[in-house]
Amino acid sequence: MIDDKTTNTVAAKSGRTANGRQIQDAVIRFAGNSQDGIQAIGGFLARLAGRTDKDVMTYMTIPATISGGPSIYQVRLATGEVLSAGDDVDILVAFYQHSYQDHIATLRDGGILLYDSDNVQPAPVEKRYRAVGVPITSRTVEAIGGTAKDKGKNMFVLGLIACMFDLDVPKLEGMLRAYYRAKGQDVIRNVLVAFNAGYSYNLGGAVETFAFAPEEGRAGRRQVVMDGNQAIAYGALAAGVRFGAAYPITPWSTVMEILRAELPKYGGIFVQAEDEIAAVAMACGASYAGHVALTGSSGPGLSLKSEAIGWAVMAEIPLVIVDVQRGGPATGLPTNVEQSDLNIARYGSHGDCPRIVIAPSSVEDCFYTTVEAVNLAREYSCPVILLSDQALATRFETWEMPDLKKYVQDISPSFEPRGPNYKPYANTPDGIAHHAAPGTPMLDGKYPVVTGLEHDEYGHPANAPITHVMMVAKRRRKLLVLDAKLPPPEMYGPPEGNVLLIGWGSTKGPLHEVVDAARAAGESVTTVHLRYLMPLQPGTKEIMNGFDHVFVVELNDEGLYGYGQLAGILRASFCDPKIRGINKTDGLPFKVREILAMMREKVKEAEQPVLV
Amino acid sequence: MISQAQEIKTADRPNYTKKELVADHPTWCPGCGDFSILSIYFKLMEKLQVPHEKITSVAGIGCSSRFPYFVNAYGVHFLHGRGVPFATGISLMRPDLHVFMFGGDGDAFSIGGNHLDHAARKNIRMTYVIMDNFVYGLTKKQTSPTSPIGFKSKTDLTGSIDQPVNPMKKLIAAGTTFVARTHSHLPNHVMEMMEKAMDHDGFSVVECLSECTEFYPGAFDSANPRKGGTFTLVPPYHDVTDEVAAYTLAMAPFPGYFGVFYETQRPTKNALEAGLIADAKAKTENASTLDLLQKTFDRFS
Repeated sequence: MIDDKTTNTVAAKSGRTANGRQIQDAVIRFAGNSQDGIQAIGGFLARLAGRTDKDVMTYMTIPATISGGPSIYQVRLATGEVLSAGDDVDILVAFYQHSYQDHIATLRDGGILLYDSDNVQPAPVEKRYRAVGVPITSRTVEAIGGTAKDKGKNMFVLGLIACMFDLDVPKLEGMLRAYYRAKGQDVIRNVLVAFNAGYSYNLGGAVETFAFAPEEGRAGRRQVVMDGNQAIAYGALAAGVRFGAAYPITPWSTVMEILRAELPKYGGIFVQAEDEIAAVAMACGASYAGHVALTGSSGPGLSLKSEAIGWAVMAEIPLVIVDVQRGGPATGLPTNVEQSDLNIARYGSHGDCPRIVIAPSSVEDCFYTTVEAVNLAREYSCPVILLSDQALATRFETWEMPDLKKYVQDISPSFEPRGPNYKPYANTPDGIAHHAAPGTPMLDGKYPVVTGLEHDEYGHPANAPITHVMMVAKRRRKLLVLDAKLPPPEMYGPPEGNVLLIGWGSTKGPLHEVVDAARAAGESVTTVHLRYLMPLQPGTKEIMNGFDHVFVVELNDEGLYGYGQLAGILRASFCDPKIRGINKTDGLPFKVREILAMMREKVKEAEQPVLV
Repeated sequence: MISQAQEIKTADRPNYTKKELVADHPTWCPGCGDFSILSIYFKLMEKLQVPHEKITSVAGIGCSSRFPYFVNAYGVHFLHGRGVPFATGISLMRPDLHVFMFGGDGDAFSIGGNHLDHAARKNIRMTYVIMDNFVYGLTKKQTSPTSPIGFKSKTDLTGSIDQPVNPMKKLIAAGTTFVARTHSHLPNHVMEMMEKAMDHDGFSVVECLSECTEFYPGAFDSANPRKGGTFTLVPPYHDVTDEVAAYTLAMAPFPGYFGVFYETQRPTKNALEAGLIADAKAKTENASTLDLLQKTFDRFS
């Protein structure tokens, strides 16, 4: 939030001296239509922040229409760690009347409304915020001229914001030139003309300028700015994945677009398959041939892949399946976030079908969990499902440049001869067995068949009762072995207290802010983050014992009995009736305020004396 | 990562005999047409001396798809209808293998019909032997996509009413680069077709009529000289590169013609992908994974 201390700063880098109010944190929401290029404004601001030692997180909603429709892009820029995209906005930029009407309520008291006075007529100004009209459309048209119409008004707005926040203009200009280089000199000229028109627009003192306070320790740190899908794609490349296959679906598609373009450089192949089932089948084939493969989708695609996931469990084939979750069921909400695929990720398929499920908590974590997913699949010879979500997929975050040396690995198959008496499904004490890829000579001349039928240790079909009992136990045992090796879940806050909030996936950031806010208000609240969802991390049950109330915070429905999918799993696993849910299904990420309010309400409810 | 295509026949080692390729005794019913295809597969491998560890067969689900269990070589028993995309994954990543895919009419023309079209259009290097018996045998006599109209099954008690698929027409229309038809009762012809299919650089498909003695006995007698039928070869003047002529042959009423209907040369996806890799590697001067990735991350910083 913009605080009220006014100090003088020098915008040395841009060669401009200004009186800027020093701030820690600013939330800016751009509201317009999807073809206005507001995502580009947000993208440039995010990248600039990453290059100037700031932390950033973005948030956007995109309409699921082919072209047009209202769209927003929110950027939170700060010095210090940013955990969520911000509950309320400090500055609302409204391009149209509907943008203004739909989003004015999100503007915090004392905030600033910047509106396009060519398109927006605000209601008589409320005292709670300041309204500043700028003829964005006409000034852009005037500046660029020609036939560009109002194209470029996003750049005009970027100029306005650059001026207000005293941003590093030379760096920003460099980024604009680089980004539009491929489009030719004319486009670059128009972009810079519009940007400069915005930058030099005289706000007439209606709005002061701001400057971000420098943060100790951050300067000089190398930062990366990426969205979650980029982090997954590059994580897969680092981990050595050289084959992928998928079918396009929102919000997964950008992962496959990147891999299709990048894999050939690494000697690999990505296939756009004819359907979701073919994609997972191709991935199974490549994995069988010795190259651990990746496929991915969103919920509807995961449903279609379920049969093959069961095959990979039965045949014990390593495989990574990324699910970028969106609102469901059916076509549902293609461009909104939900955490409602947990059950299908854990159980989807038929029969007893143990597999590994992990969920990244941030964009940075998308990179590391992808590497881990590949290695878990290889180590345990089973499918690993990575549960990302639409919010992670589409938001930009700054994170520390990873030490890539540590993660880059070559996982080419070995064709070392095996045997004699090689068993593809050896019933080992830990249940783990690694199959041989075709091309591997067998010393005793006996070659294995990999199969989806229940089989004996040699892969021969075998439906004897005792064989099925043994093999079901073997496949289960692998996960128990992993479970014993996992670290306990990460806790934020003291290990005992009144309220424990359990989260998974992208709710981690907001939950940390909730704990900070609640503790600042004198409430005893702790949060725990479950990174592994199958198997569950050891110690989860013991942690719950230290609290009076346990709430599982999830972006899914509270179900018939008042708790969501993870809560149901925890109840079934640990028989603890204290576990309840904090859920919502509006397709938007949790706000800190929402969680606080629901938590307080539920605690109050539970503490009401029961009258007889 | 993906090595240059190696010659399939390598190895300075003593030749093996087909006996070494025999695994479990087939669970097929006595007299089943599939036996003949299995023994010809052994014979073909023996003749070409494909290195034992490189023989790879993939199958879907059905009687025919039990095939890999009966071959002592790498084999996969995958899902119903999905064998072709599975084999695609192997084929693209392993230029050193020639993948054989075995399945029945249900796999090929019903549940996996879509995959057949796309493997054909993409021209994935593999050989697909469709063991077509015009009936669902493993599930005990239901109508198949190639069952003729009037065929009485447990799902069509009064006779099938749906137009059957014409395999040759479907394969040619989908862009299959090698299309042949044979009959399991004529082993020499099966051998000739399978060898030609394996020689073909691309997606090669052999439809092999394979009688189900249990649920559709006599289905292919009209093409079996030993049962009084006539086995009509594709006429010698037929130009196998002529798509329209091939289509015309496919229009002939059952039992129709046997032999190679269509063959054309078109770049395989395997070769095209290898080309993309070669171009990308030339552009990046064979940079290491770490260098490539670090460069990308620098761009994002």
